[in-house]
Amino acid sequence: MSGSEFVPLSLTPLLIGVFAAVACALPGNFLLLRRQALIGDAISHVVLPGIVVAFLLTGVIAAGPMMFGAAGAAVVAVVLIELIRRLGRIEPGAAMGVVFTTMFAGGVLLLEQTDTSSVHLDVEHALYGNLESLIWLDATGWASLVDPVALSYLPPELSRMALTLLGVLVFVTLFWRPLKISTFDEGFARTLGIRTNMLGLALVITAAIAAVAAFDAVGSIIVIAMFICPPAAARMMSNRLEGQVGWSVVFAVVSAVLGYVLAGYGPLWLGASDAVSAAGMIATVSGVLLAVAARFGPCRLRSGAPAGV
Amino acid sequence: MLFDALLLQLGYNATLVAIGATLLGVSAGITGTFLFLRKRALVSDAVSHATLPGVGIAFLVMVALGGDGRNLAGLLLGSAISAGIGLWCLNWLTRNTRLAEDAAIGAVLSVFFGFGIVILTVIQTLGVGRQAGLEGFLLGSTAGMLWNDALVIAGGGAAALLLIVLMRRPMTMVAFDPEYAAARGISVSRIDMAMMGLVMAVTVVGLKIVGLILIVALLIIPAVTARFWTERSDLVVLLAGVAGGVAAYVGAALSASAPNLPTGPIIVLVSFALFALSLLFAPNRGVLAAVLRHIRFQRQVHLRQGLLAVAQEQLIYEPLTLRLLRRHGLLRADGVPTEKGRARAAKALRDEHRWALVRSDQSHEAAAAMYDGLRDIETVLTADQIREIDNLIGGPKEVSA
Repeated sequence: MSGSEFVPLSLTPLLIGVFAAVACALPGNFLLLRRQALIGDAISHVVLPGIVVAFLLTGVIAAGPMMFGAAGAAVVAVVLIELIRRLGRIEPGAAMGVVFTTMFAGGVLLLEQTDTSSVHLDVEHALYGNLESLIWLDATGWASLVDPVALSYLPPELSRMALTLLGVLVFVTLFWRPLKISTFDEGFARTLGIRTNMLGLALVITAAIAAVAAFDAVGSIIVIAMFICPPAAARMMSNRLEGQVGWSVVFAVVSAVLGYVLAGYGPLWLGASDAVSAAGMIATVSGVLLAVAARFGPCRLRSGAPAGV
Repeated sequence: MLFDALLLQLGYNATLVAIGATLLGVSAGITGTFLFLRKRALVSDAVSHATLPGVGIAFLVMVALGGDGRNLAGLLLGSAISAGIGLWCLNWLTRNTRLAEDAAIGAVLSVFFGFGIVILTVIQTLGVGRQAGLEGFLLGSTAGMLWNDALVIAGGGAAALLLIVLMRRPMTMVAFDPEYAAARGISVSRIDMAMMGLVMAVTVVGLKIVGLILIVALLIIPAVTARFWTERSDLVVLLAGVAGGVAAYVGAALSASAPNLPTGPIIVLVSFALFALSLLFAPNRGVLAAVLRHIRFQRQVHLRQGLLAVAQEQLIYEPLTLRLLRRHGLLRADGVPTEKGRARAAKALRDEHRWALVRSDQSHEAAAAMYDGLRDIETVLTADQIREIDNLIGGPKEVSA
């Protein structure tokens, strides 16, 4: 395919998908090892009421208030889960289930009660986003990549997602050592003077920021899948955290690229005329990768080290 | 209008929905209890999300065979099969790989849901034109429910209830103590599988009413709610069933009473309201009860310390202690102890001396372990024992005014 078609139509969604996938997979590694894998699931459910409330308060669909609303909802959810867990002495899984379903139900109800016919805000959009629509119409080919006029019309989601990825990268690099120690041995981390509670909270907040930014661009289904599937598949490939994080990035990128391509062009190859949901396809590809890793990965078994090491 | 709805006076469709929802709520509440006690509440989330590809594929198959793609029984069968596959994947991942259960839940949930979305978009692009009903499975849609649909839901709910009645004893045992159950010759894995089968049944039946995203709430929230009220497993099960049924019934009625009130979310919110009430006001485990318990304890401590201070003629500055002593008529407004106050103070100090002796005596070790600064010594030792101790201390001494 020529650049004049690829650059405007596919380059930006592809990049956004890759950035979102990596931004979610990085914190996902630590959440997975800390047995908090479902936090991504909870956050992506509670984002909906946050966005609806932000819309009701401001009356506009704009990125800023939406992100604030979503982040606020994520914080409220984390606090509520902790509160219910402590006050009611309920196991964390059930407390999480109570909170995120209720907040999601509240979001759906609010959405139904308000008149959103004039704006683009509905549950389906929140669930599986609209990656395909994030196109860069002002591009004419590869040359546009160095054309400042065309570049200024890039979809804003791209720069936002790139910024988020950068933030996640900075967080993980800066706190690599404390994160690693506190993930594997919290008691030891505390004796070293690492404030594990604060670090855990910071990790969850980083994950929430990544989730909210990715949600805005690609919908919640990719967020959940990317938090869990690439790190889980990577866990089957390596016994070292460095290796696991590296593999998870590879898996996330492969899922995003392959998923997008399969969704956009797969049906055409099969003779159908229309594309299928890219978000769904990316999640599916990540699942296939996980299945392959779980079946053949060198470190898939619980006992740990592969034979001969 | 709401009253009419609650009394099933809003017409044929609303009545059908209310009855179906209530049956579903009862069986979901009861099934969810076993899941909750087994600490696997979120497995149901994976199961419910895993139904989506099945719904889509069943639709495609039925259309390909020339039938009506929206046949509810066919769609539910498809959803049951894909939920079963999802469950199998989940179990395989937890058993045969190093992944923890929460990661397996998340993986199954997101991948199956994503694949389901892919199939939904395939159906949309096929231009069959009659697919509108399928999106309803995400959040439930009860408008225009048919007699046949209601029959399927009622039948499914009743079957699930019957299975629960048959299996309640082994399921209770496995939920509380799997090792013991295994020692009694119960196959834990088989009971677990049956439990998951029930979850699947409830999920599939609930797809039409509350939708696959929110069905997990019906399984978790009533069970958690019921747990606040009792420590007995059979009562928890019963109460969860009642809570689920009431929430579903009231929710269905509410949603029928006004426009733009989607059934599924309303049921979940009513359910959460019941949960919040329980969290706050349940006896013993509720927040209010805990606060009251704390206040009572605080008062006991202050009163006791105040009496000891009076007995030793120390000045009391602590406002709560002063207030409590005055309210009990032990202290006059000017801070001078009353007759009764002096007597109580003397008794408190004497008890403290008695306790000191008890705690220094090895032979009273068991009794000394009960000392917490508040317990009356009479509740621990017999009158004879106390008399012996009193002989060691000597006779009562007068407290100067």
